[in-house]
Amino acid sequence: MITATRKPMEEILKSVEPFSKILLLGCNECVTVCHAGGRKEVALLGAALRLGRLQKGLPMEVEELTLERQCDPEYVEELSRTIDQYDAVCSMACGCGVQTIAERYPSMPVMPMVNTAFMGASESHGVWAERCAGCGDCVLGYTGGICPVARCSKRIFNGPCGGSTKGKCEISNDVDCAWQLIWDRLKELGQTELYSKLMEPKDWRTARDGGPRRIVREDMAL
Amino acid sequence: MKSDSNLEKVLAGGHFAVTGELGPPRGANLEAVKEKAAHLVNMVDAVNVTDNQTAVVRMASWAVSLTIKEMGLEPNYQMVCRDRNRLAMQSDILGAAALGINTMLCLSGDHPSFGDHPQAANVHDIDSIQQLAMIKGMRDDGRFLGGDEIDTPPRMFVGAAANPFGDPFELRVLRLGKKVAAGADFIQTQCIYNLERFAEYMRQAHDMGLTEKTKVLAGVTPLKSGGMAKYMAKRVPGMDVPDDVVKRIASQPKEKQAEEGIKLLCEQIEQLKEMPGVAGIHLMAIEWEHKVPEIVERAGLLPRPKA
Repeated sequence: MITATRKPMEEILKSVEPFSKILLLGCNECVTVCHAGGRKEVALLGAALRLGRLQKGLPMEVEELTLERQCDPEYVEELSRTIDQYDAVCSMACGCGVQTIAERYPSMPVMPMVNTAFMGASESHGVWAERCAGCGDCVLGYTGGICPVARCSKRIFNGPCGGSTKGKCEISNDVDCAWQLIWDRLKELGQTELYSKLMEPKDWRTARDGGPRRIVREDMAL
Repeated sequence: MKSDSNLEKVLAGGHFAVTGELGPPRGANLEAVKEKAAHLVNMVDAVNVTDNQTAVVRMASWAVSLTIKEMGLEPNYQMVCRDRNRLAMQSDILGAAALGINTMLCLSGDHPSFGDHPQAANVHDIDSIQQLAMIKGMRDDGRFLGGDEIDTPPRMFVGAAANPFGDPFELRVLRLGKKVAAGADFIQTQCIYNLERFAEYMRQAHDMGLTEKTKVLAGVTPLKSGGMAKYMAKRVPGMDVPDDVVKRIASQPKEKQAEEGIKLLCEQIEQLKEMPGVAGIHLMAIEWEHKVPEIVERAGLLPRPKA
């Protein structure tokens, strides 16, 4: 999923300063799963915003709504009849949701309420960790199902570097060495021969380095 | 010969090689470079010139390399993967080769989080093993990484670093094997204090036939004080400093610790000279360049072979 964390309250209050009536808009997808911008977080932030503005002596009307998917024009269309009554949309979706709103409603200010973080998975209750860098050319089949691009601090393809110590990365004891994990898993799988293969320089064009990316499925065009 | 590198000549001649190290200054002060480098003239076969080591900005490695070349030293131009993509690397390599730099060392580079610009983007377009293969390809096949032909290929003697003590231990020799397969003419190791464990590493490397294909220079660093020994033991990632080594230096009175460090170093060098597969030492006397003449003299490494 795409993970996010809510922006600090101070920053949020500053960003809504010019407005007196906003639509606080959640998303029922990834940000709901990572507890950053679903129905529950919309209610919490809504209450905090009303209170915060009241304390400043500048009350603000906050309407709450959570769309099924903010990155999908079909659901974003639902706002078309009511959106004009607001000064701004305050989106609790990831950056994809914020931009879908901005594109559909050109004259409506959209403020982000969360910082979109990374593509990750839940490690334990309340802990999410990066798992995929979306490089566009998956090597997980060669690396024991552990990604060197997303999980090695130096995205080394022929690791581990000399900084790997007791299974941890040189940058912090809180970060696992991806290549230790890769090696352990290759052993488990009986695939250690994959390690000796020299992995060639990567073609980063399929990653962000090739410019903004699109997927065009002609078979799906209407 | 693959290059005009003095290091290549010394190693090809079967001599026990000695390389030194020099860290560029944190400013445009060339006099500081010359002062440090002067201590190394006629004392070592090549001098590693570090590239923004510990992710801290310093004068360009190629500039310092050229400066010490003019002083009669053989620079070993270090290049890390952290700061350059494959275009910048290859153009710097051509420039270096054209201006008389014959020796290079390929490195990953410390992560920016250790340095003075933790905000910096982390390039790592290619890794240090791919970099090694790239330079070998430029030299031997006369081709850029992208495949195009090079007008005049760079004649570089190219090496890599190896840390025998990083984890997992069983991967260390296998990774060394990958570096050799990628084209490492020589290897310089991380500082060694645990000679026993290093001997085991070298034995494995020898069994895999690696010491026949590359020249391994064992990294050594004099311990200047008990404090430094403790710091290396506890704080430096991937470093193995046995307790008895720390104790030996730290148990001396303060004013005698540096001398004890040099004594220990000379003993280590004696052992390394006898260790099968070890082709020389890489002496990293960090901010202690003026002590290098004394160290190499006492370790019986003088005079250096003439090119």
